[in-house]
Amino acid sequence: MLLKPKTSILQKIYLPDIIIGLWITIKNFFFGKKVTIQYPEERRNYSSRLRGMHYIKTINGVENCTACMLCPTVCPAECIHIVAGERPDKEKYPISFEVDVLRCCFCGMCEEACPKDAIKLSNIYEMSMLKRSVYEKDFLLEQRGHK
Amino acid sequence: MDFIDWIILGIKIGALLIALLSVAPVMSWVERRGSALMQNRLGPNRVGPFGLIQPIADAVKFMFKEDPVPGHVSKFYYVLAPLIAFIPALTTFSVIPFASSIEVMGRVVRFQVADLNVGFLYIFAIAALGIYGVVVAGWASNNKYSLLGSVRSSSQMISYELSMGLSVIGVIMIFSSVNLNDIVRDQGNVLFHLGQFAIPKWGIFVQPLGFLIFLITVFAETNRLPFDLPEGDSEIIAGYHLEYGSMKFAMFMMAEYINMATVSGLLATLYFGGWQMLPGMHTLLESFSLSGSLSGITYEWVRIVFEMFSFVIKVAFFMWFFVWVRWTLPRFRFDQLMGFGWKVMFPLSLVNILLTGIFIKVM
Repeated sequence: MLLKPKTSILQKIYLPDIIIGLWITIKNFFFGKKVTIQYPEERRNYSSRLRGMHYIKTINGVENCTACMLCPTVCPAECIHIVAGERPDKEKYPISFEVDVLRCCFCGMCEEACPKDAIKLSNIYEMSMLKRSVYEKDFLLEQRGHK
Repeated sequence: MDFIDWIILGIKIGALLIALLSVAPVMSWVERRGSALMQNRLGPNRVGPFGLIQPIADAVKFMFKEDPVPGHVSKFYYVLAPLIAFIPALTTFSVIPFASSIEVMGRVVRFQVADLNVGFLYIFAIAALGIYGVVVAGWASNNKYSLLGSVRSSSQMISYELSMGLSVIGVIMIFSSVNLNDIVRDQGNVLFHLGQFAIPKWGIFVQPLGFLIFLITVFAETNRLPFDLPEGDSEIIAGYHLEYGSMKFAMFMMAEYINMATVSGLLATLYFGGWQMLPGMHTLLESFSLSGSLSGITYEWVRIVFEMFSFVIKVAFFMWFFVWVRWTLPRFRFDQLMGFGWKVMFPLSLVNILLTGIFIKVM
């Protein structure tokens, strides 16, 4: 059944409502608070819990990671690839540690699984790259973020 | 007409063409910035101060883009259509006077490209040609949406052009002329005195209903927003110019903006006294001449500048009004559009003629 809304005679001749509408738009034009964030100069304040670009925490230049393989195991996107090795100062360490960011879903489970506080997600969200982005170990060892 | 007359005519045509062609870029900036500010955004503000250079960037983009002709279109008419839309748009402004006349070295120079006796009937005739561009574009594009757009456009044009023509008859009855110069000159007279203020005989005061009808039908005529069914982005993508790109698309856009300028000029001329000076400017000019700082030919030129300024202000207001309404009102549904055109606007314009007749008889 078609229900026709009840309209008064003033609404039927449109004009008063149109004038009200025009008033609203011009009010916004002059006094409306602009919500645009002018990106390169202004930035949005994200929560400190934001999960952004990965890094591996180091202490005195030695990576925390012991190549325990917990993070590639828990990773739902299967984007972490670790080759483990041995060296004089460290019993077990990752020879290569790659994060395929194109597959990564930034769920943060690697961070939660890590027993050594090694892999972490910083709060850097500007991650565009000019080439296919697989984060190598050298890149991951740069300390970024403040977590 | 001797040689100097031709030169004067050439200068007038050139100046008017430059003004009209620069309307489109300026209006595209006004439209984008205006809509952004109304929607609590900022709009283009990166290219130049306040984004003022943005139209030039747009123009460069339009010119250097690839200009493909889709394989499925009727090529001849596809290329012809933007021209059919664009040329009438450019020619219609020629009969609108943008200032009164001045006498220089024994010659009367009119600030109007063509002082035609038929006046605004010429505008209606040529503006109606512009619709062929839209129809041909939609048909030649060989695309359902385009065809729908052009069909809508033609039906809308027929139903609204009728009320538009009828609403102007009231103006003809009041000023007993179709010559725009005569109409504007007549609007300088005083209608009545309200205390110490003299109400001029502007069209809006003698033809309020006619003005309203004309204003609404003009929106339909230029395919602007409450009546932009031929384009209807959310229904038929972009309507008739769906298959067009780069400069051909830009020509449709420019035609739309130039049409807006023309009808704004017509609105100002018929209903807001054309180049008659805005309230207060006359007193200012009088005080100049009384103090003796202006005399003779200088006074005349200052008067012309004042008149042009008044005309430009009036036109600019209506251009802004077009943008303002566009970002305020939603689009009509097609049956509502037709119902509104035939059941409301058409009878109202007839009633307006009747009322005008009574008004003339009584006065």
